[in-house]
Amino acid sequence: MTYQIIWFVLWGVLWAVYFMLDGFDFGVGILMNFFGKNDSEKRQIINTIGPVWDGNEVWLVTAGGATFAAFPTTYAYMFSFLYSALLIILFALIFRGVAFEFRGKEENPTWKKFWDISIFFGSFIPALLFGVAFGNIFQGLKIDANGYHGTLFSLLNPYALLTGLLFVALFTLHGAIYLSLKTDKEIEERTKLFASKSFYFLLAVALLFLIYTPFATKLFDNFIANKSLFAVVALLVISLLAVKFFLIKKKEGLAFVFSSLTVLLTVATGIIGLYPNLIPSSIDPQYSLTIFNSSSSEYTLKIMTIVAFIFVPIVIAYQIWVYKVLKGKVTTEDVVNDPHSY
Amino acid sequence: MFWYNSVVEVKMDVVSLSRLQFALTSMFHFIFVPLTLGLSIVVAIMETFYAFKNDERYLRMVKFWGKLFLINFALGVVTGITMEFQFGMNWAEYSKYVGDIFGAPLAIEATVAFFLESTFLGLWIFSWKKVSKKMHALFIWLVALGTNLSALWILLANAWMQKPVGYVLRNGRAEMVDFGALVFNPYGWLKFLHTNTSGWVVASFFVMGVSAYHILRKNELDFFKTSFKFGAVFGLISSLVVVIVGDSNGREVAKYQPAKFAAMESIWETQKGAPFNLIQIPSPDEEKNSTEAIKIPKMVSVLATHDPNAEVKGLKDFPKEDRPPVFPTFLSFRLMVGLGFLFILQSIVAVYLVMKNNLEKNRFLLKIMLYSIPLPYIAAQLGWTVAEVGRQPWIVYGLMRTTDGASKSVSLSQVWTSLILFTLFYGLLGIIDIYLLSKFSKKGPEPLMAKN
Repeated sequence: MTYQIIWFVLWGVLWAVYFMLDGFDFGVGILMNFFGKNDSEKRQIINTIGPVWDGNEVWLVTAGGATFAAFPTTYAYMFSFLYSALLIILFALIFRGVAFEFRGKEENPTWKKFWDISIFFGSFIPALLFGVAFGNIFQGLKIDANGYHGTLFSLLNPYALLTGLLFVALFTLHGAIYLSLKTDKEIEERTKLFASKSFYFLLAVALLFLIYTPFATKLFDNFIANKSLFAVVALLVISLLAVKFFLIKKKEGLAFVFSSLTVLLTVATGIIGLYPNLIPSSIDPQYSLTIFNSSSSEYTLKIMTIVAFIFVPIVIAYQIWVYKVLKGKVTTEDVVNDPHSY
Repeated sequence: MFWYNSVVEVKMDVVSLSRLQFALTSMFHFIFVPLTLGLSIVVAIMETFYAFKNDERYLRMVKFWGKLFLINFALGVVTGITMEFQFGMNWAEYSKYVGDIFGAPLAIEATVAFFLESTFLGLWIFSWKKVSKKMHALFIWLVALGTNLSALWILLANAWMQKPVGYVLRNGRAEMVDFGALVFNPYGWLKFLHTNTSGWVVASFFVMGVSAYHILRKNELDFFKTSFKFGAVFGLISSLVVVIVGDSNGREVAKYQPAKFAAMESIWETQKGAPFNLIQIPSPDEEKNSTEAIKIPKMVSVLATHDPNAEVKGLKDFPKEDRPPVFPTFLSFRLMVGLGFLFILQSIVAVYLVMKNNLEKNRFLLKIMLYSIPLPYIAAQLGWTVAEVGRQPWIVYGLMRTTDGASKSVSLSQVWTSLILFTLFYGLLGIIDIYLLSKFSKKGPEPLMAKN
């Protein structure tokens, strides 16, 4: 019982950290073609995430692995029910990953163009579709005793698409702030301007999402049952507004702290609303996959808790250390003079 | 045709297509993994020489081989994610049934190894001017450690499918009761040693082959002769370990997967002191070998148990529905073993010539080494064919049949679509990757600029 709850929290934390980290990679990938006016500027932008995108993506692999180990039934159904959607995400992530490595290996403009487009779609599609996936999970999937009754197209419903848009808007702003911290000169100026303008778009989407949510999902039931949980939503709103506040104050570092916090709290709000479900059934709650009916045995959860409590803090420690070693701006001169950069 | 029935499965249902897709994606993934396993260590050794001897020659070597390492690494990483997703996507019934015990090593792999590998690789690429030489060399060692540890956890998971341990059947599934048994499964550790060192052989032959190409053209002689030396020494050590461990591996198979062992050797009748036929052609339809020649008495018994008079179970002792496809298992095994011994021979000759400092005069050997680059890759793929085709008809040996493991909610058209897309996309990426690897291999090292 307690271990199932611990793993529900860890499951949420893994997804939240994944979106916080790969979120800005996606944002940078989406914006790269628009802010990089020439090849060296594009390279400058790619190299801001060059050292970290791979380590960030491992949080996805860990979230997937943790779902498998802690909630195998949910893992099995989530991945097989969402087969086509996951396939698209997978191909997008594959093309994004190789694009970073391959792009600079030929001077041919068509070659570079191809990988530039791959970086855009490889960032935009996963951002959108992860949102769509979670939008569907928040609403519940059409599950009954006979299995799943949805299709790829039934997944693309208005609420899910709105969640997808929310993810894209959030990650784009998050990525823009990251870029303003890691670049210089015109790109820095362009991204700052974009960040402060795109904030209003995010705010509009987020408001629409909050208004739509009680009509499309049961996410707020847990909050209404336990009013103190609304503190998380309040913190989310405060942290979102703090992003704008610090952008106006020209404190991009703090704006980035709060955009990171906004991603974490957005996921936290959704996950709290889901509890104790991992995938609710929209047909009948008795077919919902919960942390109690889809988890591993207590023994396995105990072992995995020990592993997680030892190694996840170590990973966080060395990843923070890596960001510290690599701190500072990436300039076009750095990129052009370093044969190892992307 | 005598091999047709056992090689080609004409059925095209969800299970067969999912198997085909898993085979395709894992074999493609394993084009890149072995070179990563070995080249990370080779580059780490070179950088250690640089850090301690302060000789710029080694720095150039690190940069040249490091670049090839990175081109190869990218595809290894991204195709690995497919593997983790596919268990749930295509094998949901399997995942549900064994996830309690099988999920753990996969989750641990990501947490303990994959993070280490990916985080420090990014740091290694981008921190040349930010940290000391020794610190920088430490980063690539952490990458090599992460990469090889990653393989350990994946192989422990795979070993559980071959020899399930540490579980009970409860609540309609396999539940873990003994984590220690899973982690210290001897089958897994032997598999780990065998597979990882086979990757080291791939890397050694890659280094020797590319170096041979340049030595033949009298290009950067000093650079490539030194590189060749690293490859030859590493190649000799690893090719010996592969075969020695492979022998122990074979005995584990004989003990725990007797039907697989019988298929590997194409033994039909149970017999004591089973002989080894150097030339042998199985005829699965007639349940015998149509050709057997050049007999080595009692050799198969020796391979199975190290006891020349031991009894070896024949395929006929297993019900037909419990036998793996004999022809591909047998043929892959034979070819793999043959190649394994060839690699030892080639490595011995290579080390001998390096020691006599006679390399550039032996153009014939250099050409052989150049054209041998693909051979260890092929041997590695054959090894996986033996392991996985030989495991059939089980998805977990003796516990769950492959046909019971596939997803029920996935339609035939979905699997067709994904299979076609994987084939096209992977084909495209594979061609690009091989093009880039050969382009940068042929280009040779960059002249050293004044830096640091």
